[in-house]
Amino acid sequence: MIDEALVRQISEEHGEPEWMLRLRLNALHLYERMEEPKWLRGVDGLNLEDLVLYNGPKLHATSWDDLPEDVRRIYERLSLPEYEKEYLAGLATSLDSETVYSNVLDSLREKGVILEPMDVAVREHSDLVRKYFSRIFPMAEHRYAAQHYALWSGGVFVYVPPGVKLNLPIEAFFYISTELEGQFEHSLIVADRASEVHFIEGCSAPLFRNFSFHNGAVEIYAHENAYVKFTTVQNWSKNVINFNNKRAIAERGAFIEWVEGSIGAKTSIVYPSVVLRGEGAKTTMNVFSIAHGPYVKDGGAKIFHVAPNTRSTVVSKGISSDGGVNIYRGLIRILRGAKNAVSHVSCDSLLLDDRSEASTYPHAQVDEPTAVFTHEATTFRFSEDQLFYLQSRGLNEDEAKGLAVLGFIQDILRDLPLEYASVLREVLNADFSKGVG
Amino acid sequence: MLEVKDLHARVGEKNILHGVSLRVRPGELAVLLGPNGSGKSSLVRTIAGDPRYEIVSGQILLDGADITGLSPDERARQGLFLAFQSPPEIDGVTLATLLLKAAGRERDVRAFSELAKLAQRVGLDPSYLSRPLNVGFSGGERKRSELLQAIFLDRKYLLLDEIDSGVDIAGVRLIAQIVEDLRGAGKGILLISHNPNILNYLTVDRVYLLKDGAVVRSGDGSILQDVISEGFHD
Repeated sequence: MIDEALVRQISEEHGEPEWMLRLRLNALHLYERMEEPKWLRGVDGLNLEDLVLYNGPKLHATSWDDLPEDVRRIYERLSLPEYEKEYLAGLATSLDSETVYSNVLDSLREKGVILEPMDVAVREHSDLVRKYFSRIFPMAEHRYAAQHYALWSGGVFVYVPPGVKLNLPIEAFFYISTELEGQFEHSLIVADRASEVHFIEGCSAPLFRNFSFHNGAVEIYAHENAYVKFTTVQNWSKNVINFNNKRAIAERGAFIEWVEGSIGAKTSIVYPSVVLRGEGAKTTMNVFSIAHGPYVKDGGAKIFHVAPNTRSTVVSKGISSDGGVNIYRGLIRILRGAKNAVSHVSCDSLLLDDRSEASTYPHAQVDEPTAVFTHEATTFRFSEDQLFYLQSRGLNEDEAKGLAVLGFIQDILRDLPLEYASVLREVLNADFSKGVG
Repeated sequence: MLEVKDLHARVGEKNILHGVSLRVRPGELAVLLGPNGSGKSSLVRTIAGDPRYEIVSGQILLDGADITGLSPDERARQGLFLAFQSPPEIDGVTLATLLLKAAGRERDVRAFSELAKLAQRVGLDPSYLSRPLNVGFSGGERKRSELLQAIFLDRKYLLLDEIDSGVDIAGVRLIAQIVEDLRGAGKGILLISHNPNILNYLTVDRVYLLKDGAVVRSGDGSILQDVISEGFHD
């Protein structure tokens, strides 16, 4: 039951400051008043009242050894401890509703880098968090955004001080471990002036009998001349309904590089968005999604050009197979006064068979006469003859399709960190060779 | 031995093959001749397992094993290779990626240099190995790529559908030499050609003349000139 008592309980258990409780209650009132969004597809039968909406393990560790055996084993199975040692500047992991592990290299802590579970940050860096929290992704955007702000728990807070450049990525890992669950983690990444950070978000869940609902949020703030690279590949199990509210704001001269991949989940509804607020801010957004089997991927990018000389590039690659549905819903909005803004959007769809679907709904609203907006969309069909050709070379149907898929998204793979690209390659191979769907 | 027994096949409601029988032994070069539309490509595609051709009756045997109901990749792994008359373009998949995966040699460091040597042997610039399959390849380059694949994948029976079309005279001679080498290496080859030119460079063991989806004449290499001079073009 989503009500004031639940919201107050969550807030109280986290020992939150008054402002956060008020923010949650405002969100709850909005949630109760707002109508169901009309553009939702694939969430029929979603009964939120059935979900265990809050399930905090109430533990937090900064060393793997401090974690209880069963929790640690989950992360070891995902090779996170080794991965952290080799590749990362910091790591935070979230189990169900709470962040259970976070750590950042000592050398970075000394420079003032903060990597904390969101609830800890709300208490210990209250003023800093308050400056940004919910200011980037407004709670009134739609009903599920409001719901998110009422119920959020877990997630991480990252702050990189002016001029500090992290040459290793920071990773947050989210894992749903129990059935019938809602996960509402909230991550906030703040890159101060001329700093650099690469944040990687990984998501996973084992296969449960019933579905889980994930309604997370990511807010990113890139101050003047900062560089933020955000990479996420969600591979939720096939009964997770994945809803995600993600937005970045880029100040003057800042650069946001975004890679958003969606492999798993029953239904995924994610539209990362960037607001180019300062002059000369730019973003490149690479979005790819795979709808393999009776699944719906509803995604796309939204870019708002508010200032002059801002630039955006969106490359979307959608793959549909075995009756999967891919929907691209993009928005480019260039406001009057965003002089000489340039935006280019390209949407490619790959259909692996006749039963699958792809639709693109690109939308652009350009109110600035000196701005340039270009758009291209291409649909590739993997034909019977192409399949037969590859099979006649000795590849089975799934291997042949896997090869076509990897070929289709190779530009994006090239852009991923090496170790991440190879993990993704294996996931794709496993996905297609098992013939899931 | 590759053996086709009384093969009937159709596409949709249309019967394409009306009881075709033929044999290709290892180390043997058989030639399939016939006018346009006589069913030559349909026959080799049916043998290779193209799902568009439905086998109504008959059998395809490979070294005595019935492969009639197998998928194309299973047939390939049993020892069959089809060089396509018109190989399709596949963007994003390079020739090398395909071949290394198909041969199960993705982690074999020598495999790529082998491919580069083979490319030179068939007269294809090795840079084509790293290009998407057939994308922007000329007709002749596609044929050379098919031949390269035939050599590299090392299947026992080769169905070569117009392996010489779109290739210049010197290229035809080179391809004929390679076909002879493959036969010398013990491959059983069924060659389709519209071009009597290549046949001048080959020693043909067996000739099949196809008309309207049926073999109307067959015999050893001695009937080849006969069939050609009678004109199989209708």
